[in-house]
Amino acid sequence: MNGYETIIGLEVHCELKTATKLFCGCPNMFGDEPNTNCCPVCVGLPGSLPVLNERAVEFAIRIGLALNCEVRWSNFHRKNYFYPDMPKDFQISQYDLPLNSNGTLELPDGTVIGITRAHMEEDTGKSTHLGGSGRIHGADSSLIDYNRSGVPLVEIVSEPDMRSGAQARAYVAELRAILVAVGATDGRMEEGSMRVDANVSVRKPGEPFGTRCEIKNLNSLRSLQRAIEFEALRQVDALESGERIIQETRHWDEQAGRTGSMRSKEEANDYRYFPEPDLVPLAPSDAWIEQIRSALPALPKERRARLLALVDKSDSATIDLVATVVDRELDDLVIEAVASGAPAQLAVTRAANELDAGGVLPSTASFAATCQMEAAGALSATQAKAVLAALVDEPNADPKELASRLGFEQLSEDSLGATIEEVIGANADEWSRYVGGDDKLAQFFIGKVMAATKGKANGKAVIAELQARRN
Amino acid sequence: MAGLARLELSPEEVETYTAQLGSILAHADDIAGLDLGGLEPMAHPFDIENVFRPDTVTPSLERDELLSQAPDVERNRFKVGRILGEAP
Amino acid sequence: MTESASKIASDVRSGARTAASTVKESLDAIAARDAELHAFLYVDDLGARAAAIVVDAAIEAGRDPGPLAGVPLALKDNLCVRGVATTCGSKILNGWKPPYTATVIERLVAAGAIPIGKTNLDEFAMGSSTENSAFGPSRNPHDTSKVPGGSSGGSAVAVAAGYVPVSLGSDTGGSIRQPAAFCGLVGYKPTYGHVSRYGLVAFSSSLDQIGPFANTVGDAALISTVICGHDPADSTSLRDGYPDLMGALERGVAGLRVGLCSDLLDGADDEIVAQVRAAAQVLEAAGAEIIDIAIPELRLGLSAYYLLAPAEASSNLARYDGVRFGLRVERDDVAAMNVATRTAGFGAEVKRRIMLGTYALSAGYYDAYYGQAQKTRRLITNALDNAYASVDVLLGATTPTTAFGFGDKVADPMSMYLSDLFTIPTNLAGHPAISVPFGVGATGMPIGVQILAPGRKDDLLFQVGAVLEKGAPA
Ligand SMILES: [Mg+2]
Ligand SMILES: [Zn+2]
Repeated sequence: MNGYETIIGLEVHCELKTATKLFCGCPNMFGDEPNTNCCPVCVGLPGSLPVLNERAVEFAIRIGLALNCEVRWSNFHRKNYFYPDMPKDFQISQYDLPLNSNGTLELPDGTVIGITRAHMEEDTGKSTHLGGSGRIHGADSSLIDYNRSGVPLVEIVSEPDMRSGAQARAYVAELRAILVAVGATDGRMEEGSMRVDANVSVRKPGEPFGTRCEIKNLNSLRSLQRAIEFEALRQVDALESGERIIQETRHWDEQAGRTGSMRSKEEANDYRYFPEPDLVPLAPSDAWIEQIRSALPALPKERRARLLALVDKSDSATIDLVATVVDRELDDLVIEAVASGAPAQLAVTRAANELDAGGVLPSTASFAATCQMEAAGALSATQAKAVLAALVDEPNADPKELASRLGFEQLSEDSLGATIEEVIGANADEWSRYVGGDDKLAQFFIGKVMAATKGKANGKAVIAELQARRN
Repeated sequence: MAGLARLELSPEEVETYTAQLGSILAHADDIAGLDLGGLEPMAHPFDIENVFRPDTVTPSLERDELLSQAPDVERNRFKVGRILGEAP
Repeated sequence: MTESASKIASDVRSGARTAASTVKESLDAIAARDAELHAFLYVDDLGARAAAIVVDAAIEAGRDPGPLAGVPLALKDNLCVRGVATTCGSKILNGWKPPYTATVIERLVAAGAIPIGKTNLDEFAMGSSTENSAFGPSRNPHDTSKVPGGSSGGSAVAVAAGYVPVSLGSDTGGSIRQPAAFCGLVGYKPTYGHVSRYGLVAFSSSLDQIGPFANTVGDAALISTVICGHDPADSTSLRDGYPDLMGALERGVAGLRVGLCSDLLDGADDEIVAQVRAAAQVLEAAGAEIIDIAIPELRLGLSAYYLLAPAEASSNLARYDGVRFGLRVERDDVAAMNVATRTAGFGAEVKRRIMLGTYALSAGYYDAYYGQAQKTRRLITNALDNAYASVDVLLGATTPTTAFGFGDKVADPMSMYLSDLFTIPTNLAGHPAISVPFGVGATGMPIGVQILAPGRKDDLLFQVGAVLEKGAPA
């Protein structure tokens, strides 16, 4: 980056998980037959009028509160521009008085990103392009489906506080986790229920912000990071070779791995915002806001803290494991397992690495019992992992029974003791050096015992036996 | 202005409209110069707030009736010509 | 048709006449004279006859079709009726048949009224003479060389010519009251939010209000009682404050403070001022107190209106883009198609107002024009509220002149706009107002006097209107 730093601000459009659209009673449903979820309002027929969906407002307020925003008196404006997928040729959005403003989002590593605003607006219809490559450029004609038209959106605008593609990715991942946690969206980026636009510029540290370019419609975390990294390098290269950056909108070409200019016939954008006369102001009462606040579920940050409080270490590896557990929404399982006796550190590690959040999970009891057996030495790490894998097919199975079915016979204390005696006898020199204080030899004896028991012995039990004989 | 409004005016129309709009805007100057600093802009006749509908599904239109009014239809979608440029 | 709507409804309900014969009378009158007057853009002959049969069958079966049983009704053609072409007086809608019906029409039909057809109007309700209709103007039945007023001119003519006893119009800056005055009718603009706008094709959303034309104050009250009421489909629909209009008719004006407002008179022709003063005397004789009052802020209404209404209209009319309904003039790309369609489909006045509104909202001009107009709107509303601290209603002229001739004001839009000078302030404030016929001018053309009341006090208009109606010169 030749001493440049990247400056990133993100605009995230999030579809709300309401039953109906923002201003009419048509179903808010992805994937239905085209133009079947349409009425005079969402197709913008003459004489139709919008009426605001109360649940959408509630979801938007949840989002605002989860992002530490001020939730305030607001109103809707018309954003006027012509586009065929926008039936009224204006979008009902919010302008100078958004519902939510001045918030923050804390990344798992503690970095705080400013949230400028999180406002409500309506989605557009969807175009399919015929001829050419199926993209808008080079197509002969387009077909429009208005099922998505009028679906409620919250647009979350960040401050230009991010400094790398990885950080932007972490922001969107955390934002997505928050939005899903509050129940406002399903967060499915690939289906377009979360869409990200990135504003990217570069500068030498300490200098004012450079000219920014906007990369539109990034629909996965991976493309977001790649697109930002590419774009930052492109801008640095351009500056280094003496060019100026032109403020423009660019699109990300996933296959080519590069951003490209959207060379369109640029009309001057003058949206002529004015207050939507067909809607009245939105003035959420303090009582309503407090009611929504008090019903908010625990947010990812809080859920991570709850788990971190259970484990005794807070090194970066543990923080990562905890983040993974919360991201995959396995934290409730872990917490319940710990409550029923599983050791926390082990439960977190096993949940993060061995459980498949999207698949079948073991019952709390089975998960807890497996962790307990491993901690007690009744199962080796390898065996415990195998038992957890087997629990996918039988989530409620008794791990003891599974272990024996898998042939993980437990070594009795007697037979472990006998084996250790044999190993000591066969390595008398090393034993006397160990007894004399050479701690490094513990490793040697554990290895020998493991070999002799074909891995069935529990490491901790072996250490305990060795210690007992050493004193 | 005509471009923003997606209208095309002939040179004669431009001339007439410019003159007419000029005289209307000249009339509007009687308010342009007023000191109304203390007044709240009025978007609605009445100060009503918080009008909502419940999030319950109501019947959508029959697709055939909706599409029957469209200038051009293909595969149950509204058909238009080439779109030059992405949405802003 | 000379009977009132209330007489027709009571006769139909009592079996003294049939809805079918009433509708036939109406259709015959239209057939006899409407080629000349051009009140209607579309007459729904079959639909009206069928609806009449349904009403008569209900009566025969002992059911009451409602307070407007068998009353023929004309609808301004910016009101949507499912499956019936709605033109808004424009070429751009090109035969568009709405897939839904306006709330007001559902209410009227549920009360037994029978829509006869759709009436002529200035394109998208923009105008004061119906000369801006893409389908040719309507003519004033009192003198066919004169305009009927506008924009709801066709609905005024339909009642004035005796085709129907009542009709609906829409009033954004005077579009009911001005043609009512020009045609010698009662025309009422309800409090904003009292009548649902769902299904009224929008001109200027924060000003538009549907209201009736009638021959009598009583008929205006009867039909208004049916169309007023909360509608959850219109976010600006009021939930409260619907007064009893029928009850107000007999209440009289004793003790009522009537403000005779110089700012609703200055600039009007002398013969009109004289009739307004005569009307004040009628009220005084009936026990009202007449108080001279000036509200100079009302003079600013015209400028505010001709920024606000075009601004909202420029946005409301963006959807006529050739994509989903109506006219399309095909071009290779969509933007060019939009331009060609709109250029071919809209008439001169609509284009003028779209341009004006686009300008008033554009970056750099918003504060000076749109923003300042919104503040002026507040100023005028405050001034009216202030006036209503000392008077109960205001009395003034509806129009500065009686009906003018065709072509008189077409070349100069500003002179046309000035004919709305006295009607605009109430639209800005959202207040109700009524125009009641009161005498005629030197050429025999009708004169209307206007009564204004505070928001939600619509009953006062009917109280005063009923007294004026009785005391009007024969
Ligand atoms: Mg947006
Ligand atoms: Zn809908």
